[in-house]
Amino acid sequence: MDILNLITALPGAAAQGLIWGIMAIGVYITYKLLDLADLTVDGTMCTGGAVCIMMMLKGYPVGISLLVAFLAGVLAGLVTGVLHTTLGIPAILAGILSQLGLYSINLRIMDNKANQAINVDKYDLLISLRYIKNVPVYKNTILIVAVLLLILITILYWFFGTEIGSAIRATGSNPNMSRAQGINTDVTKILGLMLSNGIVAFASGLYAQYQGFADINAGRGAIVIGLAAVIIAEVIFGKIQSNFAFKLMFVALGGVIYYLVLQVVLWLGLNANDLKLISAVIVAVFLAIPHLNAKRKGGAPNA
Amino acid sequence: MLELKDLHKTFNPDTVNEKVALDGINLHLLPGDFVTVIGGNGAGKSTMLNAIAGTWFVDSGNIIIDGQDVTKLAEYKRASFLGRVFQDPMTGTAAGMQIEENLALAQRRGKIRGLRIGITSAERDEYREKLKILELGLEDRLTAKVGLLSGGQRQALTLLMATLKKPKILLLDEHTAALDPKTAAKVLEATERIVQKDQLTTVMITHNMKDAIAHGNRLIMMHEGHIIYDVKGEEKKGLHVKDLLAKFEEVSGGEFANDRMMLN
Repeated sequence: MDILNLITALPGAAAQGLIWGIMAIGVYITYKLLDLADLTVDGTMCTGGAVCIMMMLKGYPVGISLLVAFLAGVLAGLVTGVLHTTLGIPAILAGILSQLGLYSINLRIMDNKANQAINVDKYDLLISLRYIKNVPVYKNTILIVAVLLLILITILYWFFGTEIGSAIRATGSNPNMSRAQGINTDVTKILGLMLSNGIVAFASGLYAQYQGFADINAGRGAIVIGLAAVIIAEVIFGKIQSNFAFKLMFVALGGVIYYLVLQVVLWLGLNANDLKLISAVIVAVFLAIPHLNAKRKGGAPNA
Repeated sequence: MLELKDLHKTFNPDTVNEKVALDGINLHLLPGDFVTVIGGNGAGKSTMLNAIAGTWFVDSGNIIIDGQDVTKLAEYKRASFLGRVFQDPMTGTAAGMQIEENLALAQRRGKIRGLRIGITSAERDEYREKLKILELGLEDRLTAKVGLLSGGQRQALTLLMATLKKPKILLLDEHTAALDPKTAAKVLEATERIVQKDQLTTVMITHNMKDAIAHGNRLIMMHEGHIIYDVKGEEKKGLHVKDLLAKFEEVSGGEFANDRMMLN
């Protein structure tokens, strides 16, 4: 257990954490703002990477590839949204259906292969695990992801302050009241799901570049990691009075903390195969805490 | 202003839980009419209001607001004609949002929501002025989360939201029933002030017969999905609680004593 091993691994963990932080902001939009648990993200966290890598392999520039990845996520969100609102399928089930369907679509996108690699030396990747150390500052992956994150937060801060953004927040807060105020809550739910999955797919496009490949299993358990980041942010920063932009920032930091802790746990000698189980247990515990606290205090459980 | 023509609504049809909630409701309100609605539990009072609001569609009959047939219009579209205050103070506001944000949502009822800013600074000044009407000190707490307010404050805010853009019909569904008597009186006072000021056409359900007599220019009593009693003008002014009790006992065959209706 050489402490140096841990220290050299931390920058990479921070970069991954930031990318998953972007993904977690997508989850935050559905889970916290819209009050929907959207499992579509387990599919879109693969779709974005698949689209981005395949387009880059075909010679498209990285910017266009990421944009199309975002749009692919938006489309997936639209499908879940229509299943949930127009067709009246419960949100969780609608997400599961989209996610399952996406598995086949993702394979199609990747030319029926489970994995598509991209060579960092031959293609002009925006970020890569090779760009963490010994690169000029402006090419540093951590910096680039951080800048993208700040741009995203700025856009979202503006958007959720607009009329339509406020309507989406109102829908999550009180759908009955929203309809009484003339908001078409079906439309706002669909819009929220589209935006959320677009962001997740964008994060997926970044993650695939970082790793140097798109993988059919990239999204497995993504919702749990996203929720973990949201919950960590709530537990650690929840007491701080903050505006919406900082809340989003904290969610992204939640992703970073998750990956740093993961790195420490691995360094302590834990089997990497057990990680998903540990993640699930941690998220379950933190989701249960508010409920158990309320019970202990004798108040109405409000989970 | 409001016309209900032979409304019928049955919940859970063809099951053991079948319930005929509206059984041929006819009602015609003139502009500026303020009608109070009384009746026992299950009489169809809230059902009638929800039918007007479009929470679901009626089985048959027509709902006409200001000359426009809205029978098949979706709830969120109908909202542009209506202001609503519900019984549960939690229902009418978004708890996670600020007072001014809630008002801004109400301000945009019936308008297309786009990418313009959700609340302008000119609006803030306007809201500050309007909140003063409520006499609850909310004008100094524009950015407070609504979830922090008391039930009475939330109800008063909902009332202001419902009337911020002058609605064609104001629907009040026992909006003071969940409040303590003092707060209830205050909210009811504010209601009367706002309704008078804007000459709003209003339908108010209440369990309090005294309130039902004291407010409005018309009173209807409902029972088992029918309107069984309808008084207006001078005749209504001369009503006493005991008249209503007698009327009610006459139709309900004495089961009235067990009812939730308030006697004072």
